[in-house]
Amino acid sequence: MKSLINITDLSVEEIEELINIANDIIANPDKYREKCRYKKLATLFFEPSTRTRLSFEAAMLDLGGSVLGFSEAQSSSSAKGESVADTAKTISCYADIIAMRHPKEGAPLVAKMNATIPVINAGDGGHNHPTQTLTDLLTISREKGRLENFSIGFCGDLKFGRTVHSLIHALSRYDNIKIYLISPEELKLPSYVKSDVLERNGIEYIQTTDFEETIPNLDILYMTRVQRERFFNEEDYLRLKDRYILTPEKLEHAKEDLTIMHPLPRVNEISTAIDEDPRAAYFRQVLNGKFIRMALILKLLEVEI
Amino acid sequence: MNIDSIKNGIVIDHISAGNGMKLYHLLKLDELDISVAIIKNVLSKKTGKKDIIKIDGDIALDMNILGYVDPDATVNIIKDGNVFKKERVDLPDTIKNVIFCKNPRCITSVEQEIDHVFNLADKEKRIYRCIYCETKAE
Repeated sequence: MKSLINITDLSVEEIEELINIANDIIANPDKYREKCRYKKLATLFFEPSTRTRLSFEAAMLDLGGSVLGFSEAQSSSSAKGESVADTAKTISCYADIIAMRHPKEGAPLVAKMNATIPVINAGDGGHNHPTQTLTDLLTISREKGRLENFSIGFCGDLKFGRTVHSLIHALSRYDNIKIYLISPEELKLPSYVKSDVLERNGIEYIQTTDFEETIPNLDILYMTRVQRERFFNEEDYLRLKDRYILTPEKLEHAKEDLTIMHPLPRVNEISTAIDEDPRAAYFRQVLNGKFIRMALILKLLEVEI
Repeated sequence: MNIDSIKNGIVIDHISAGNGMKLYHLLKLDELDISVAIIKNVLSKKTGKKDIIKIDGDIALDMNILGYVDPDATVNIIKDGNVFKKERVDLPDTIKNVIFCKNPRCITSVEQEIDHVFNLADKEKRIYRCIYCETKAE
């Protein structure tokens, strides 16, 4: 049973296939309206996430399927002490596919090992978020027309930012990508991602704290939020959250065809004054998220297209 | 110092000095009802010092544990007083419930019945990572 736990579960060819399906869904939505009729998606969200959960639900509904599940651990049997393994076995009796978000790293893998239906990791703590990565790849592909030959800057929380880790993993398999890592010292990319992913794959990267000086070099700027929920200490969060804020002034020397991305939700790291700038791709990115999840559900359910 | 030769059994040789006792416990040799000798700090031409474990009986050794703790060790199977077979050990691809994930954010920190499984991530640097959270084994 094929599942998606880590973006590296998918080959470059499989990612390309998903992007092609998503593009076809965008071009021909009517063709897909009944593809998952009588199929059920279980959204098991052990921690709140409006955006990802609704994106999965919208994706399944747009495919003609149904949705069941819960949106916080308190309304699930885990509040009674049920294990992830038992939850996965139980839900396998009710649904055709699971999308799971869990605050603990590796929980979706445990679910996959125990479920008899495909499991999609919808985010496990600060670890992985592969459908966000697919969303990002579809966005880059649609905005740039390619998944190679560009400079991308990741800015903000690169330590706990799972979207950053997953996207760096994914991009390491494409040619001629240059990566700028812009973060405060305390939120630098973990050394294992640098050694195991960037250095092992010979990816050129530059680590810096200087945001403004870096912006003119970029084809893509990937902003991230400093996440309050990842800090054990509130003081650290307050000290770091306003370190990098993208404003129209900072974009003055940016490339004309820069693509600005953000996994959202944002707090204040991108000024709303930038929203109308054609280079701001983050709301298009949200929409792409639904389409790539539709493609993924179709693929994992082995629905004929 | 002399330890009697064994007739039928296993000699784990070339154990890095200091690892003998650790292997004794991890391989659960303390639970056996047969003679087991741990010889520490034996002079070695190659490494200066080494440990040796002699087991007076033919048992199934967990080569994954042995390989994880000491990939340079060798296993000699003794039959009728002679070395019947020499086996080299190697770093195992996977180890289960030998070491435990210490990441408080890992699912293994809250669900007690999950096996703690680590995969070999980098053979050269001997780095193992938790299969759930990818944290490096300490």
